[in-house]
Amino acid sequence: MRLQYPPSVRIIEVPCTGKVDIMHLLMAFEYGADGVIVMGCLEGDCHYGAGNLYAKKRGNRVKEILDKVGVGGERLAMYNLTSGMGGRFAEIIREITEKVMELGPSPIRVATGKAVRPIAEVTT
Amino acid sequence: MPQEKDVTAQESAQRSGNVGAVMVVGGGVAGIQAALDMANSGFYVYLVENKPAIGGVMAQLDKTFPTNDCSMCILSPKLVECGRHLNIEILAPATVQGINGVPGHFTVKITQPARYIDLAKCIGCGVCAEKCPKKVPDEFNQGLGTRKSAYVMYPQAVPLKYAIDKASCIYFKKGGKCKACEKFCPTGAVDLEQKDQVRDLEVGAVILTPGFRTFDPSQYPTYHYAHFPNVVTSLEFERILSASGPFGGHLVRPSDHAEPKKIAWLQCVGSRDVKYHTYCSSVCCMYAIKEAVISKEHASYPLDTAIFFMDMRTFGKDFELYYNRAKDEHGVRFVRSRIHSIDPLADGDLQVRYADESGEEKIETFNLIVLSVGMEVSQASRELSSTLGVDANSHDFVATSPFAPVSASRPGIYVSGAMQGPKDIPESVMQASAAAGAVSASLGDVRWTETRLKKTPEPKAIRPEDAPRIGVFVCNCGINIGGIVNVPDLAEYVKTLPNVAYVEENLFTCSQDTQVQMTKIIEEHNLNRVVVAACTPITHESLFRETLTDAGLNKYLFEMANIRNQDSWVHMKEQDKATDKAKDLVRMAVARASLLKPLMEKPLSINQRALVIGGGIAGLNAALNLGDQGFETILLEKEPQLGGNARRVHKTIEGLDVQAYLDGLIEQVKAHNKIQVLTSALVVGFIGYKGNFTTEVLVGPGMYERKIDHGITVVATGAHEYHPKEFLYGEHERVMTQLELGDFLHREKDSAAKWDRVVMVQCVGSRNDESPNCSRLCCQGAVKYALQLKGLNPDMDVVILYRDMRTYGFLEDYYREAREKGVLFSRFEPDRLPQVNNDNGQLSVTFVDHVLGRPINMAVDAVVLSAGARAADTEELASLLKIPRNAGGFFIEAHAKLRPVDFASEGIFLCGMAHSPKLINESIAQAMAAASRAGAFLADVNQTISGITAHVEPDRCAACLVCVRTCPYGIPQISRDNVSEINEALCQGCGTCASECPAKIIQVAHFEDDQISAKIKTLY
Repeated sequence: MRLQYPPSVRIIEVPCTGKVDIMHLLMAFEYGADGVIVMGCLEGDCHYGAGNLYAKKRGNRVKEILDKVGVGGERLAMYNLTSGMGGRFAEIIREITEKVMELGPSPIRVATGKAVRPIAEVTT
Repeated sequence: MPQEKDVTAQESAQRSGNVGAVMVVGGGVAGIQAALDMANSGFYVYLVENKPAIGGVMAQLDKTFPTNDCSMCILSPKLVECGRHLNIEILAPATVQGINGVPGHFTVKITQPARYIDLAKCIGCGVCAEKCPKKVPDEFNQGLGTRKSAYVMYPQAVPLKYAIDKASCIYFKKGGKCKACEKFCPTGAVDLEQKDQVRDLEVGAVILTPGFRTFDPSQYPTYHYAHFPNVVTSLEFERILSASGPFGGHLVRPSDHAEPKKIAWLQCVGSRDVKYHTYCSSVCCMYAIKEAVISKEHASYPLDTAIFFMDMRTFGKDFELYYNRAKDEHGVRFVRSRIHSIDPLADGDLQVRYADESGEEKIETFNLIVLSVGMEVSQASRELSSTLGVDANSHDFVATSPFAPVSASRPGIYVSGAMQGPKDIPESVMQASAAAGAVSASLGDVRWTETRLKKTPEPKAIRPEDAPRIGVFVCNCGINIGGIVNVPDLAEYVKTLPNVAYVEENLFTCSQDTQVQMTKIIEEHNLNRVVVAACTPITHESLFRETLTDAGLNKYLFEMANIRNQDSWVHMKEQDKATDKAKDLVRMAVARASLLKPLMEKPLSINQRALVIGGGIAGLNAALNLGDQGFETILLEKEPQLGGNARRVHKTIEGLDVQAYLDGLIEQVKAHNKIQVLTSALVVGFIGYKGNFTTEVLVGPGMYERKIDHGITVVATGAHEYHPKEFLYGEHERVMTQLELGDFLHREKDSAAKWDRVVMVQCVGSRNDESPNCSRLCCQGAVKYALQLKGLNPDMDVVILYRDMRTYGFLEDYYREAREKGVLFSRFEPDRLPQVNNDNGQLSVTFVDHVLGRPINMAVDAVVLSAGARAADTEELASLLKIPRNAGGFFIEAHAKLRPVDFASEGIFLCGMAHSPKLINESIAQAMAAASRAGAFLADVNQTISGITAHVEPDRCAACLVCVRTCPYGIPQISRDNVSEINEALCQGCGTCASECPAKIIQVAHFEDDQISAKIKTLY
């Protein structure tokens, strides 16, 4: 389809969103991500049963932590897509990039004085 | 991989006299698929191709519809797999000279013309071509460029060995002068004394896949193809678009290399024309749309594209959506008019005159005109048919019966692809697998008797203390990557990364020569990890992993950075940022690669029983083929009766008796000692994975529960005819659907014969907002029933109201016959639908005729609604099996082009109308294809399971049960030692347990926490 979207994301592949760990989500922010997206299969259609539901639970937990530490839970987003939804994928990347641009650099990145370009990170 | 000397298999071979080798004649995509399917299911394959390399026409194409995949990118892995397959012997160039023997044991005589290059010595370096002084037109580029007399057909050619073209070589023409190639060849591979070789090969069966030739349009005097350089064929245009083509993928016209601002496509050149070929070539409408859309993508300026056509035949799966997008989103113009002549203007421009739909004459000027040339049988293929003694049809294609769609007239010889009839790539691939299925069913007793055993080098021991030495291969992918990302800059950057010991740029990293090169480099540079920065692991990871294995490296010591699909393709307008992103992606890949560990694969146990869901024509054929291959098969049908939709079809368009065929088929299935049929059977549970599924079924009126263990699943759940809500359907008994008309003609032939007038309305419930796709069957159905009605009563008026008549392939003959017999065809636009009126029981139809342009009302005896096909209700089944469906409810195959009968989930296969609407012969072919793929999986009992599984650190486990509760498969158990234990053979590697484990003592191999962390940490 080659739908164009902003070059602001770097994809990290995992076997299933069930493998997305709280530790890794927090680590992304710790090291300088301005935003993180977790992308899994549609709810009820997890290839491995229910990995995406675990990911959702963990994502909500990470949002709470981010709120508490002042980074802001809105910097973490979670979506459920199928491989047939390329159009929606590109749309999401555009939306999140705009949102993160609006929010500005993450407070952690500002504090550590790291990196210059705004970046969002995607996990599938 | 089975043993070379399988004693029991060899004994059985001796008993039956069958030979476990197969010859495939023709090395295009159909031949490649047939060869791979046969070789992977236990047969030794001779792949005979008359050119010096395999690949066929698909290798020449730029993109493929409807996914716009790069043709070479999806074909190349298959070429390479063929080239390196231990049980495929490629004979190219070679031709078949004769055949003797009986089915199961033929002797085929082939000639291998001298190549004048010693294959064993040629390293594909190209020095011979560089030094060769003789330039000739390059047929791979359709004569748009030149090659030398010493040449290789194309950069990814398999085998990647040069050849000397005797017809143009100076040495042969001038009696021994020149010899430049011989002088400069670094390996002494040139052998100008080489002689033609004749070989007799013993095979059990022959599969014909010689493909097609494009029609030569210089036969049209008024198109001046031979004289106007800017009139090109569609295949020439593919080369113009191709990155590896004569213009490097720049959209320019041949005469002056100027960028065209207006391009026209003229459809049906050589097809649907009584002077040349009367049949429809089936693929030209779709490829013209694709070429128009891709041209617009190529052009950095507004490009005008116009397709001149008679009927737009976008009848395949999701093709109508593609057509609609081309019209509505890309602005491709569609003009319904057949162009009579092309006139030259100054500066190489071209003029066409045409009458538009209102009859007004128009003149338009184009910079470039593409002739959508049809498919025809070449002289060589005609000779092949006659050499092998197989019957041809009236168009010279190999004749087959609709009920045995891949069997040639001579037993033991099969046909697939375009030689059986014009068709596109997925249908060629399907038929190729079907032919492989037919062979497997007849030679099942001699599997693994002629095959050879692979010797993989002993893997190098990687010690934890060994520092990582990573080789990075950066692919340009033609211009797919290199056209956007600054690859030289990227490669320089990668050299500065930690642990990187070697960096190389390739035009195509996936080509076979690069694989050979990679093996050498791994050795020479003592590499212990490899990173390929290229495309997607989905299509290419397995290829590169195999190369690592060949080089003695564990295949898990490999990582891909997807700098194409995730970068160059999606950031085309931001080249600098795309290059920055590519650097990040490769740096991340290198960081992870440094931490990768070798993993061992354990054997996969396979239950050799097959389960087929759906007892219609497709399911019955799939079950029968699997049973004939020797696999115990269980066939489930949810209705009390077998037969599905075919129960309601009486005759095919060819006039064959469907019920007689179906009764015979059902009888065969029921009597088969390997097949068990369960009717009134409903699937209510499904668990497991490839090789080890368990399906729970409620059977019979008593709904008793049964659990079936099986190794593969074939889904053949079919479709049904749409129940119209429109055109007074259900309000008047003489408003009927096609199937109802068929029944009526069967039961009350005499009363139908008394009808004076019948109107048929096409596209009822198809090609509209609710159901945007074409149902494929209904045009031929209308023609079939119209001919039947005319047969009953030649004076009956039969009017078919249509939008586009989509009688593709040889069906066009019946459309022509219907016109000749006086059936009237009148076209309507979707915004001016015909009206059916009921005036006190008298039916009449009002419609606007496209020629007269005014409304016509006619009284009729019957209105036949050509109601489309709708997918069966499979929502629950899809959810149980976790297999995807499209918006119309049809199942989605693993790849629209090259894996048309596989699901992405391994061990589950698809066929029949559950995939998309199709004719009986197409359903049978697809069913045989699914059975073939499934049988190949079941036959290969020595498969291994992925090394990507979860592992517990027992010393630190507190037996908290979180993993036990989390695992969707219930795999972790608490052992006697009171720690969690995960059975690797059953673990699916999803990693959910690892991320839930509160003590962090579960790691998923290949996705260990630090391997993921490494990517995150290096990113910032």
